[in-house]
Amino acid sequence: MADILIAAILTIITAATPLVYAALGEMITEKSGVLNLGVEGMILVGAVAGFATIHSTGSAALAIFAGLAAGALLASVFALLVLGFQATQVATGLALTIFGIGVSALVGQDLVGIAYDGLPKISIPLLSSIPVIGPLLFQHDILVYGSFALVFLVAWFLKNTRPGLVLRAVGNSHDAAHAIGYPVIRIRYMAILFGGAMAGLAGAYLSLAYSPLWIENMSAGRGWIALALVVFATWRPWRVFFGAYLFGGITIFQLHAQAFGVGVPAQIMSMLPYLATIVVLVIISRDINKIKLNAPMCIGKPFHPTA
Amino acid sequence: MESAFGALSKTMPHDQTRMMPPLLQLQGMTKSFPGVLANEAVDLEVMEGEIHALLGENGAGKSTLVKMIYGILKPDAGVMSWKNAPVNIQNPAVARALGIVMVFQHFSLFDSMSVLENIALGVERGTDKSELENRIVEISNRYGLPLDPGRHVYTLSVGERQRIEIIRCLLQNPKLLVMDEPTSVLTPQEVTKLFETLNRLSEEGVAILYISHKLNEIKALCRKATILRNGKVVASVEVESETPQSLAAKMMGEALQAPSARHHRKAGEVRLEIDGLHNTATDQFSISLKDIRLKVQSGEIVGIAGVAGNGQDELLRAINGEEMCQPADAIQINHQPCANQGPNQRRGLGMASIPEERLGYGAVPAMNLLQNTLLTAFQRLGLVKAGFVDNRRCKSFCLGILESFNVTSSGVLAEAGSLSGGNLQKFIVGREINQTPSVLVVSQPTWGVDAGAAQTIHHALHKLAENGTAILVISQDLDELMGLCDRIAAICSGTLTRAAPVSEITIEQIGMMMAGIENPGTEKSQDVCQPG
Repeated sequence: MADILIAAILTIITAATPLVYAALGEMITEKSGVLNLGVEGMILVGAVAGFATIHSTGSAALAIFAGLAAGALLASVFALLVLGFQATQVATGLALTIFGIGVSALVGQDLVGIAYDGLPKISIPLLSSIPVIGPLLFQHDILVYGSFALVFLVAWFLKNTRPGLVLRAVGNSHDAAHAIGYPVIRIRYMAILFGGAMAGLAGAYLSLAYSPLWIENMSAGRGWIALALVVFATWRPWRVFFGAYLFGGITIFQLHAQAFGVGVPAQIMSMLPYLATIVVLVIISRDINKIKLNAPMCIGKPFHPTA
Repeated sequence: MESAFGALSKTMPHDQTRMMPPLLQLQGMTKSFPGVLANEAVDLEVMEGEIHALLGENGAGKSTLVKMIYGILKPDAGVMSWKNAPVNIQNPAVARALGIVMVFQHFSLFDSMSVLENIALGVERGTDKSELENRIVEISNRYGLPLDPGRHVYTLSVGERQRIEIIRCLLQNPKLLVMDEPTSVLTPQEVTKLFETLNRLSEEGVAILYISHKLNEIKALCRKATILRNGKVVASVEVESETPQSLAAKMMGEALQAPSARHHRKAGEVRLEIDGLHNTATDQFSISLKDIRLKVQSGEIVGIAGVAGNGQDELLRAINGEEMCQPADAIQINHQPCANQGPNQRRGLGMASIPEERLGYGAVPAMNLLQNTLLTAFQRLGLVKAGFVDNRRCKSFCLGILESFNVTSSGVLAEAGSLSGGNLQKFIVGREINQTPSVLVVSQPTWGVDAGAAQTIHHALHKLAENGTAILVISQDLDELMGLCDRIAAICSGTLTRAAPVSEITIEQIGMMMAGIENPGTEKSQDVCQPG
């Protein structure tokens, strides 16, 4: 029984990890006051870049970096459009997703059907041999460890560092931040790039570890779940992290429920993350203070520096 | 005019000028925006430790000038010197490095952050949090600016928010403090306190560039004044040798019209009666209205004074029908109970209302003037017949507004958003007044409009009252209320005071009413409100 439970939890971790990356990245982007709806597209680009790199070079490190860079590259297009040319964020983000789906399918044409062993697991000496806790926490690949570190880093960055404070300030009121003398555009540029890089990592995890192969549109809506997750977590990093595990858990539960023949249609199960987000949105909307305290007030608003 | 100014500064014997160069010197500052020359060859000198007034009407170019000094706007031409050395202030960081700090008219604060975080954002990096907290407490004690570093900005009053800005500036050991209309949001008592702080800073050698159009304040606070009109310097004077009247004449450039006489008006029957109006706040950012009682008679203008955010918005919404309340007879228009009815029903009873916010509230920016006319006038004027718009009558009514209120626009098809603030306000006021309502509720009728437009609007309100309309004016501008109203009440945290006749009340007493001190005029409270 314990073995089954451990196995189940391990699959939840693998389901949650890409969500952690993509959602934390998007959260940083949104904290700076920019809504990037292109997460799904950036994940796919990261996935195909990662898989193509491992296929041609065999280097996991290079592949991970390629995923990260591809996500950031696509995000830089978005940044140029919305910051440089003042394009509408919502429309540009949607276009980015559609573009990402298309370009990843095009690039990945020849990669379909090739398999890869998956990222090597790194067992931490001593700790990994502890029963139950060992296999749960200390026998993962580098990207899972990285996702643990990332949530600590992001939370610490936002709460305790000056750049984190400035980032929140820019998202809170870009006019005020500009008046005090902070470079709003540059800060947003960096936040968007970070968001893209993390989405790229999420993609790399999907094609290198979660199911090590490439298929068209393999992100299967995870980008949208990540977007929902940020709102669900009311822009707080630890809530994003636990939310990712909750949503990851639901995904896994849905798979197992199908396998055990539970009489709930699969479609209903796949609705659950979105339903949960809607419910949470309704609940937090009732308390304006909660939103005021953590939500970036300037989200989605274009910034005209001369005004 | 400019040559006169040049001669003035040469002949003025000024010991300090000879001994040390001016702290800040501007020569020929020019800045144009599409269609407007906001500043034209402006010269200005500020000495160390001097409180220097920058005087001018709305739109005279004061804010543009200081934004260039602070590096937010780039001048098209002109030279800035700091302690006799030419400087190029490209951005606010450069200005701050020189020692120039600025308190904005609209605060640059972050609502959802704490006082400490807000201040930390404005000071140099590398300052330790607890050390910063100590310095905040020290400065707030030294200058009498009490402030709790841990509170979130959205929970603070406007006066407290301004303190954050001031402390943020003082932490940087400034040489020049620029204040853009700092008192427009303060009670008279808070103004007195602010002036004490500013005088103290001046004694310590900090120069202050004080922007205002309030003459009494400038008389009370400043030593020198530079007066701007239409983007040009029209005079640079020693304040001591001027009277408020002479300053006003220079600022306005034309003889001031005496306030319209009120004696033509005769108060008639009660048109608007508010009797025990309660309204519970829906969230912590709004104010609960508590037992509001007020009667406005026909031919009478009643004013409601108050510091922003004390329930004015909520009161306006309750009266014009945006918020409905119970019981129905808490609000009566022409003796018809209507507190539970919406805006259109109330308009049907004879009410019109003008909100504070012009764009997106008083008018739809992306719609043309014709459409905006239709939006509030369709009912009273019968501009819609069997579901169809009577375009001809709508157009003639709209043209009538543009003509009688002298609205400068490209015609009835001009988008509301394309009009300047003053013109749009004239249009909105005209649209409501020309419907000859029997009750008119208006909030901040002349907020942010130039003196000419303000005069037109005031004149129209007087005339409307003479013709028997009951008018309720909500405003933060006490001078405006004193000039317009027959009676004035004050609102403070959702409670409305008795409306006192203007002939029996002073500005100081209104100030105390605004601060929530009841029974103005009693001997005991006299010492609270000595003007600075």
